[in-house]
Amino acid sequence: MKKLILKRLLHLIPMLIGMSFVSFIIIQSSPGDYFAQMKMNPEISPETIQQMRTSFGLDKPVIVQYFYWLKNLVRFDFGVSFAYHIPVRTLIKFRLKNTLCLAIFSLFLSWLIAIPLAVLAGYKENSFTDRFLSMLAYISISLPSFFVALLFVYFISKTAVLPLGGTRSIFDINAGTFVIFADYMKHLLVPGIVLCFVNTGWIFRLMRNNFVETFNNPYILAAWARGLPARSVIFKHTLRNAMNPMFTILGMEIGTILNGAALTEIICGWPGMGSLILEAVLSHDLYLVMGSLVISSFLLIIGNLIGDILIAFFDPRIRIT
Amino acid sequence: MKNFFQRLKNHSKLAFFSFWFLVIFYIVSFLADILAPYHFDYQFRDKPYHPPTKIHFFDTQGNFHIRPFVYNTVVDDPVFRSYREDTSKIYPIKFFVDGPERKILFFFKTKKYLFGVDKPAGIFLFGTDTYGRDIFSRLLYGGRISLSISIAGVIISFTLGMITGGIAGYFGGIIDQILMRLVEILMVFPSFYLMLSLRAMFPLNLSSIQVYLLIVLILSLIGWAGLARIIRGMVLSIKEEDYVLAAKSLGLSHWRILIFHILPNTFSYTITALTISVPGYIIGEAALSLLGLGIQEPYPSWGNILSSTIGNLRVLGDAPWLLLAGFFIFVVLINFNLLGDALRNVLDPKNW
Repeated sequence: MKKLILKRLLHLIPMLIGMSFVSFIIIQSSPGDYFAQMKMNPEISPETIQQMRTSFGLDKPVIVQYFYWLKNLVRFDFGVSFAYHIPVRTLIKFRLKNTLCLAIFSLFLSWLIAIPLAVLAGYKENSFTDRFLSMLAYISISLPSFFVALLFVYFISKTAVLPLGGTRSIFDINAGTFVIFADYMKHLLVPGIVLCFVNTGWIFRLMRNNFVETFNNPYILAAWARGLPARSVIFKHTLRNAMNPMFTILGMEIGTILNGAALTEIICGWPGMGSLILEAVLSHDLYLVMGSLVISSFLLIIGNLIGDILIAFFDPRIRIT
Repeated sequence: MKNFFQRLKNHSKLAFFSFWFLVIFYIVSFLADILAPYHFDYQFRDKPYHPPTKIHFFDTQGNFHIRPFVYNTVVDDPVFRSYREDTSKIYPIKFFVDGPERKILFFFKTKKYLFGVDKPAGIFLFGTDTYGRDIFSRLLYGGRISLSISIAGVIISFTLGMITGGIAGYFGGIIDQILMRLVEILMVFPSFYLMLSLRAMFPLNLSSIQVYLLIVLILSLIGWAGLARIIRGMVLSIKEEDYVLAAKSLGLSHWRILIFHILPNTFSYTITALTISVPGYIIGEAALSLLGLGIQEPYPSWGNILSSTIGNLRVLGDAPWLLLAGFFIFVVLINFNLLGDALRNVLDPKNW
């Protein structure tokens, strides 16, 4: 187990280097310069800019600049945002927390809904329940996240049952932690449900197919023949085996959920990474774009790592090979 | 080919229906110039956010008209944008009406459209937007852009994926190592963030044709990596087959073997993958246009029609029919998914 984790961690290094290099190339080939906007400002003398150029290593060849940038990257220093005039790191830290909360909340919710339904549908293969649920899953898969988000926003703008936009509506400093937390969760509900709506279909379909596949194995027939109760056959013998591939999916899903979350955040007004990178692109805030890209891919890599470790933890066959 | 359709029909009636639905949908959007009652940027300045026009068969006296008709509408309350029908004159819906000249697919000139009504009345099947432009016409024209972008993107990225995957799998060694590391690195980025970052590499104000090409480029750059990896795996196993050895002993060149003997054997997978991945491209284009980074006004696309509703609850509340663009995307997506799933089963050699 330890060896496996270590191997995975080592495998990360070339990936991280490649990822940072591609990100660097993207920022390098973008039009505009870190100091282009500063040059416009008459209060900053050209000497100061020159001095900053040297300190950032921008007068060196491109490949040397990459190593300067990489050195800062390791310390999670992404430079300063043009638009906000504060370090990119501070901006991302705040937004990342919101995105992670949203992702974990909707992931949890969609697994909670999808797995039991998938077991039900898989157990009664080709029944009406199965067909009906599969049709619903089709609809869920085919609905673009932004469309669901817009429908939700429309519905809420008409009924006003839930707050929309931002993370809090109580600004009383004396409010207790619990009140603030409840308020936060209330704001989380709209984007969370939207994301869950789009995500549940995928999980359901994968889980149902896994379940059906496992359920048709000879050892399940053997379990029935031994006279085990249905509860034991379904949950202990089938579900546990059918769940194994799902842990890889859990890791991969971090990526899909980040993509879906970005658009949902923008439409529902949830201040997360997605809306951050959009603002950055629109205002041509290159360092902020870069920081968001690096952090989001970092999340994806970590997600895949967690998926790998989880599957090794639950499936002994992987651990040995 | 006939055999294929028969198999598809036998496998799933629904998927067969989806196939023809998509064919018709593509034809309709490519013939938008004839089918749309108005040009996509024709503005009814006095009718912003007009709700869908009511089509009548009975006039106020209760007389039945065999030809459906509409009434002209006048603004009742400019603040709340409510409209009142002016029942004094009826405007019958005419078929094959004459109008300003348009070019079908930039070539054939036409002056006749499928249907329309006399001015000053307007026929807005799906209502109008901020500038009083007919949403139905814009959806048809927008479909042309959204659907063609997805097809172009899919074709480019699949060509790229097949070539790189084929080369990596067939030649192996250091080429394989380099190409696969590249693919892995590209797959590390969440596609939405990569899409926006790549978009940031270019100025925001590009001409429409540049933006169109740029979107195709970005989408295919993101899409090819996953396919290349799978094609590589397939080529690795196919190249061990006896017929490849036979082709080699006949003295055929590597390229010939790769292109004519190995890659065609991946087609049954590729066609399924192609069908399943079209939705991703449609969503990608819609997402970019929705955020104002894709197709720019006055040109319509499905994402761009939705974009005025973002962050603007008033527009969304006043003109919910703008959301029909999202519904169009959904309908196309579900048909692609249904077709793709059926194709997977039909084209799988195990099921023959």
